[in-house]
Amino acid sequence: MSSSPPEAAASTGRAALLQAAPLALVLAGFFVLPLLATAVVSFWDYTEYSLVPAVTLRNYREMFEGCLTFGPDWPCTTVRTYLSTLKFCLLVWGFTLVIGFTVAYFLAFHLRSDTTRTALFLLCTAPFLTSNVIRMISWIPLLGREGAVNRSLIALKITDQPLDWLLFSDFSVVLAFVHLYTLFVTVPVFNSLMRIDRRLIEAARDAGASGWQILWHVIIPLARPGIVIGSIFVIVLVMGDFVTIGVMGGQQIASVGKVIQVQMSYLQFPAAAAQAVVLLALVLLIIVALTRAVDIRREL
Amino acid sequence: MPEKRGSAFYALAAFFALFVLFLYGPTLTILVLSFQGPEGGLTFPLQGLSLHWYRVLWEGVGVVDIWAAFRRSLRLSLVVMVLTTVIALAAGYAYRRRFRGQDLLFHLTIASLIVPSIVVSLGIALQFRLIDDGVKALGEALEIGWVAENFATTMGLFTSGLGAHLTWTLPFGLLIMFAVFNRFPGELEEAGRDLGGSPRQVFLHVVLPIIAPSLIGVALFGFTLSWDEIARSSQALGDLNTLPLELQGLTTTVTTPEIYALGTLTTGVSALVIGLAFASFALWRRYRARRA
Repeated sequence: MSSSPPEAAASTGRAALLQAAPLALVLAGFFVLPLLATAVVSFWDYTEYSLVPAVTLRNYREMFEGCLTFGPDWPCTTVRTYLSTLKFCLLVWGFTLVIGFTVAYFLAFHLRSDTTRTALFLLCTAPFLTSNVIRMISWIPLLGREGAVNRSLIALKITDQPLDWLLFSDFSVVLAFVHLYTLFVTVPVFNSLMRIDRRLIEAARDAGASGWQILWHVIIPLARPGIVIGSIFVIVLVMGDFVTIGVMGGQQIASVGKVIQVQMSYLQFPAAAAQAVVLLALVLLIIVALTRAVDIRREL
Repeated sequence: MPEKRGSAFYALAAFFALFVLFLYGPTLTILVLSFQGPEGGLTFPLQGLSLHWYRVLWEGVGVVDIWAAFRRSLRLSLVVMVLTTVIALAAGYAYRRRFRGQDLLFHLTIASLIVPSIVVSLGIALQFRLIDDGVKALGEALEIGWVAENFATTMGLFTSGLGAHLTWTLPFGLLIMFAVFNRFPGELEEAGRDLGGSPRQVFLHVVLPIIAPSLIGVALFGFTLSWDEIARSSQALGDLNTLPLELQGLTTTVTTPEIYALGTLTTGVSALVIGLAFASFALWRRYRARRA
């Protein structure tokens, strides 16, 4: 061999660095710098048409205006918006967790042939590769005033008036979120379930555990990493959403993401940046609370 | 696991079937309704079957040039697909060895995946606005006439837009590469090296043929995620929108089945790409089997 081991190690280290460089450059240019720009601009002033690079707390002050005085106006707009967004988070998290886990559990433990398992798994994940907006508007013919659900309900004499709350409402927003994001729970939970040593379950059964006991005391604790990863996905996606809440809420329901989008459209960039910083801080807090060290790399 | 199909199996199977219906039912509904007759509306019943709304779509949706958006999206998605595959492959391969900053890069990649898209999009928009201001100031300071007269913005489909899409597709690409390389038989690489193969030869003749099918998967994700991307593009594209953004805008203005025709068409492109991916996967396996 031409090179001695340390030299060879150094040269493969350099090669690896070069191979990782494109990814690092893209993330530096389009992720790290933009976040830094956001943090900086959130402390800038602005006029109707330009940014004023003078350090000010104006954007944060305006954002939390009236939030600290518990008068008759409490909660202030910002707190109300966050509470509304958090409400969607909790609802969607609950539904996607239960549905996503059940589906993953069925796939992992109740199918005998690997081919069937793979086929059904792909069947569940393929919609991820299609457009979210189209999957949202697909609900219109079903949930509208003249939609299939209302017609059926009237035909069955369950109601004599079409139900208004089916579409462009909190209900349709949650439904669409569950529709779109359940697979973000199914996939990581399925992954965790497939790694469980089946002998553990045999052992639990031999020790006299019932089906529910096995589920609760063996399977769910071992599926924890998948559950955590799925939860992070769902919560973060809902926290920052403005598209689903916009389309399915008939552009009438407030969310943090929507506030940012509206401020951007009014060219109030520093105000939008301050909102983004607060949103990001909250999301990071939630993630830290959820993880407490799940090594994502070991889960792949 | 269970030796005999118990009641739990049937209950879960029924639940699963309902879930699949929930997943696909609505999309199939708009597929059917896109063939609505000319008199038909946004909901059932079907007033005859026709290609009327596809014809309307072909002629263009109101003021929006939907076909220009279609072509833009297609171009962007193809570029994102190629870049995602190449960059993710290179980075994934780099992680087979150790390199400086590997933990930082990994955490950045995960962060890029889970930071809310609106925040990333806003950040990119701000960054490019600052760059624009810088270019204008520089042009003024150096009295470059071209900047004063012609320069508008550095934002665009293949600058800020491309970057925004890559922050979304690359994390998926890298995670897939990790999953692939975690299952990769390292002995084969070693054997290649022991037989005197250079790093390049080992990569080209040992590693690449084995992981090629997975690269099809990365490319598939790269294309489809970009093709349907909205949240990260929303603030970061400049003046010209991609197809999903136009579609999102149309949801509030178009009240005819034309939007279902457009939706069916867009889903059709995704389905076609998924089909192509599976076909190439199958072809690849046949090709390998025949050579072996």
